[in-house]
Amino acid sequence: MRLTNTLMATSALTLALAGAATAQDMSDSMTAVSWGGAYQSSQQKAYVEPYQAANDGLSWSWDESSNEAVAKLRAMEEAGNVTWDIVDVVASDAIRLCDEGLAMEIDHDDVLAKGDDGSDPSDDFGDLIVSDCFVPQIVYSTTAAYRPDLLPDGAEAPTSICAFFDMDAYPGKRALEKRPINNMEWALYCDGVSKDELYDVLATPEGQERALAKLGTIKDQVVWWSAAAEPPQLLADGEIVMGSSYNGRWFSAIEEQGQPFAMLWDMQVFDLDGWIVPADLPEDRLARVMDFLSFATDTQRLADQAAYISYGPARLSSAPLVGQHAELGIDMAPHMPTDPDNAANTLLYNYEFWADYRDDIDAKFQSWLAQ
Amino acid sequence: MSATASDQSDAADSGPVLAADGTPLKKSLNRALRAQKLRALALIAPLLIFVLMAFIAPIGDMLFRSVENRIVSNTIPMTARVLEDWDGESDLPPPATFEALYYDLFLAAEARRHTRLGTRLNYEQTGLSSLFRSSGRGVDDVGEDQRDLLEDLDPQWEEAGFWHGLMQGNGDSDRALLLDQRARLAALAGESFQGDIGFTPGEDIVALLPQTAREYTAFALFTVIEDEDVVAEEEPWESVYTALVQDLRTADLSLYSGPGAAELTRAQAALAELPPIDFAAAFEQIDEDWIAPPVWDTIKMYSPDYTTGYFLNAVDMQKTTDGPEMRPEGERIYATLFKRTLFMSLMITFSCILLAYPVAFLLSNLPMRSANMLMILVLLPFWTSLLVRTSAWKIMLQQQGVINDVLVWLGLVGDDARLVMINNQLGTIIAMTHILLPFMILPMYSVMSTIPESYTRAAKSLGATNWTAFWRVYFPQSVPGIGAGSILVFILAIGYYITPEIVGGTTGTFISNRIAYHISSSLNWGLAAALGSILFAVVLVLYWAYDRIVGIDNVKLG
Repeated sequence: MRLTNTLMATSALTLALAGAATAQDMSDSMTAVSWGGAYQSSQQKAYVEPYQAANDGLSWSWDESSNEAVAKLRAMEEAGNVTWDIVDVVASDAIRLCDEGLAMEIDHDDVLAKGDDGSDPSDDFGDLIVSDCFVPQIVYSTTAAYRPDLLPDGAEAPTSICAFFDMDAYPGKRALEKRPINNMEWALYCDGVSKDELYDVLATPEGQERALAKLGTIKDQVVWWSAAAEPPQLLADGEIVMGSSYNGRWFSAIEEQGQPFAMLWDMQVFDLDGWIVPADLPEDRLARVMDFLSFATDTQRLADQAAYISYGPARLSSAPLVGQHAELGIDMAPHMPTDPDNAANTLLYNYEFWADYRDDIDAKFQSWLAQ
Repeated sequence: MSATASDQSDAADSGPVLAADGTPLKKSLNRALRAQKLRALALIAPLLIFVLMAFIAPIGDMLFRSVENRIVSNTIPMTARVLEDWDGESDLPPPATFEALYYDLFLAAEARRHTRLGTRLNYEQTGLSSLFRSSGRGVDDVGEDQRDLLEDLDPQWEEAGFWHGLMQGNGDSDRALLLDQRARLAALAGESFQGDIGFTPGEDIVALLPQTAREYTAFALFTVIEDEDVVAEEEPWESVYTALVQDLRTADLSLYSGPGAAELTRAQAALAELPPIDFAAAFEQIDEDWIAPPVWDTIKMYSPDYTTGYFLNAVDMQKTTDGPEMRPEGERIYATLFKRTLFMSLMITFSCILLAYPVAFLLSNLPMRSANMLMILVLLPFWTSLLVRTSAWKIMLQQQGVINDVLVWLGLVGDDARLVMINNQLGTIIAMTHILLPFMILPMYSVMSTIPESYTRAAKSLGATNWTAFWRVYFPQSVPGIGAGSILVFILAIGYYITPEIVGGTTGTFISNRIAYHISSSLNWGLAAALGSILFAVVLVLYWAYDRIVGIDNVKLG
């Protein structure tokens, strides 16, 4: 009996000491970078609040700089003072940050939690780990929506992305993003190029001209947007009859604000958003970040985020756990871009292609726009 | 006049004037003045230092990036040196280039700098980004057969301690090589590689196996300073083995008796059985783009430390092997944007003058109470967020917007022919005129309020009509205000970017929108700096022209 007590006391003491040591080794404040708005607040509710509840005295601050994270991180590194601990970026930016040596490489199986079903993180995330520096969080898509009430009388509801290029059946203005990515693919697809050959064609100067020529058929009817909040606004005002934006923006306009829009999921372009950790963080901050990263990207947490925003969790094991919207109480699954009904015809952002061709095609696209 | 002059010369002849303490007056006066100047300088010193550090230095640094291009010679220094001697006549550079590239790329990949160079060169030639990324992974496999042979031959070659002893030697050490490699790594990684690493290359082994010693020293520095490991406990990188294989092809081992002499002799004999490493073929296997001439032309063109490339790009030209050339028709954009920026800034300045003049006139002629009220109305927009004001114009001007709705309701335009007033040049001009108007009104007002009313009254009493009195008497006196306002508005307009981005559509955007794109999205800071420098130069030239035509003395802010 006495022996047991002593043993228990000793192990309790050891545990307490170990606990104290870990707490000491970790920084007690964190600066995270995200996009602001509904997305950041979904992260706040699904990850940060539970994490803070489990870690007393951790102070947290957000920096809403994700859309210029690459430039700012590069400037910070040059100045030798990186103040960010963890940064939320889209996958293409993560690849660039990794290329520039600004983000640290992460051993996914070592750092992240195993899936609920016991699967290794690298299997659970699968192909979505598009860069060694990137921990995927959500799958979102750039997709289209339209106003059924603004279509001409008797017109059929559009079922294909090519409705954008059909001025006869669907007259009126359309909104497209002011960059070549996605638009060039849609243009070629609607010009008769098969999905498998899209990037082979787009890699040639002739293919690029072909895509611009196709876009040229609707050029004077396009409103070019640079902030994703614009298309829902334009559609609500009746400025446009259809537009492209992120699926979460459409969801929030349709379900949360009750706008009379309809989704056009055809040829939605999947993209990823996730975390990167700046390279060369001091040890105490790094320990804290890794602890948070493992917590915030486990199966349950990723599924929780889907209760606040209609983006699909990046882990396979999270999909069955996706439930209902936290406030509206509607099932979230049918609003996910990955839902089988929505994902009948999709495209995955081609990171390697755009890393190479971005500068070249962008120059041509901007020159074409300015003419 | 002449009397004074002779008085002074008399004084000069009779020796210097002395101050009360006996020192020459001139000297003591100078001393007093110098102290005063120093005090004055000390007073403005904080501001001066602040301006220098927070304004002049960063701008200078940014503009310097428009010509700076050391990334190539920092990342692949040996390749850049070999390429200097290549005349570019043959399709491919000499085989030695591929060998130099192998060592450069291997080290760059260890330091994770090769992809950064790929990004830089991708601005000039599409595809180099992924070429460098994949090659960074692929260089590990070069010379694999020879390495395997070495390790099968003698287990010693896998021993970290053996390598350390071999490279350290027993005799004198070669400090020059160590310094060299410190400099190579510091340039590559952009950080200091100073400090003791517990290893110095031996002089004998450097003479015998120069490449091996070089790569091993680089490996040792990196292992200790970057990875914080102990050299003598780490097995060298593949590149060290490859260097040894290359060195052993020509090394004369007959006189060498230092550590590892037996193993080296055995290795040399065994390696003679294998064909030499063909670096060009190895790179071709990694990616066949490496044997495509354009890649090498680009690397050679951009290997000097300073380049005109960014400036050429900024004026729609490009570097080619035959000298600068215009870009193809479909890729020109910057000249158009510069012209458009100037034209629209002028339009905005003129419409500001037209709108601001009557307001400023009213402000300076109304009774105090109403003038104050009006002043608040002028300043009100200043207190509102720029984004809010710009977005408000969107709601006003769009096709389903307030103005169009009113016009349709009045029956002035048809419902199907609503005016397009936004997402084009008109939208930018309207929104920016509104936003910049206070900068025109305030200088005008401060000048106008100093014009005495009595002048106009005098003109009228001498028989001038209202118009003549205004045009011949009042207006000329208000011109300095117009000048000051115009300079302010024009210079602000030329660098604006948020408003054109939001309301400009495709035809109403400015050069600053492209600068912002290259700073924050494409990360092509060199090009952004070149565009910024050109814009800066244009403003200076216009300012100079303005000074010549109007005279800067005629500008008053109050």
